[in-house]
Amino acid sequence: MRITITSVLVHDQAVAEKFYTEVLGFVKKHDVPMGGDARWLTVVSPDNPDGTELLLEPDAHPAAKPWKEALVGDGIPYTQFAVDDVKAEFARLRDLGVRFTQEPVDMGAFTTAVLDDTCGNLIQIIQMH
Amino acid sequence: MDDDDVFKALADPTRRKILDELADRDGQTLFEICARLSSKHQLGSSRQAISQHLEVLAAAGLVHSRRDGRYKFHHLDTGPLEHLTDRWRHRDTKET
Repeated sequence: MRITITSVLVHDQAVAEKFYTEVLGFVKKHDVPMGGDARWLTVVSPDNPDGTELLLEPDAHPAAKPWKEALVGDGIPYTQFAVDDVKAEFARLRDLGVRFTQEPVDMGAFTTAVLDDTCGNLIQIIQMH
Repeated sequence: MDDDDVFKALADPTRRKILDELADRDGQTLFEICARLSSKHQLGSSRQAISQHLEVLAAAGLVHSRRDGRYKFHHLDTGPLEHLTDRWRHRDTKET
């Protein structure tokens, strides 16, 4: 068994596509119409185009919004991405106007920061030392 | 709130660690506080337990919670610590 796809629930796929590609720097992999407004929209890391895909999944299900709001209210990032340098990435993204709920914090074995993906989610970036 | 609340809040080592971390960086989400306690101090308390600790600190006036849009941040207030020991250091101030 292999992990090929993981998902984030986004409030608007067009906004998510823009944020995840133009701001975070991922690359679009699949974009397939699924009926109505929904698309099968995935992105991958430019460093690993054949690696795990991130599915930008519509959050239209009624259970999705209260769940997301409860997580964000307590500052909980449900999704995590690895970076080489959290402080550099923090500076780059902050200059692009990205909102962070947690600035870079050295936790010993790793450094983390938490950002708002503008689609209703908090994302943790992590650098292992 | 009175001094009893402040002494009660300070009596617990986990609550003192929470204050240490808020002194290190003010304005943290519950998640950040939990992450700091578990990774920096190996305190594996549940989110609910930390939430309850924050309520005790809030009752003592040592922590204030602020909503900012969709997020909630916790802030340190050292005000209640200011005259905590005056009654012993200055004998004319008696416990009320």
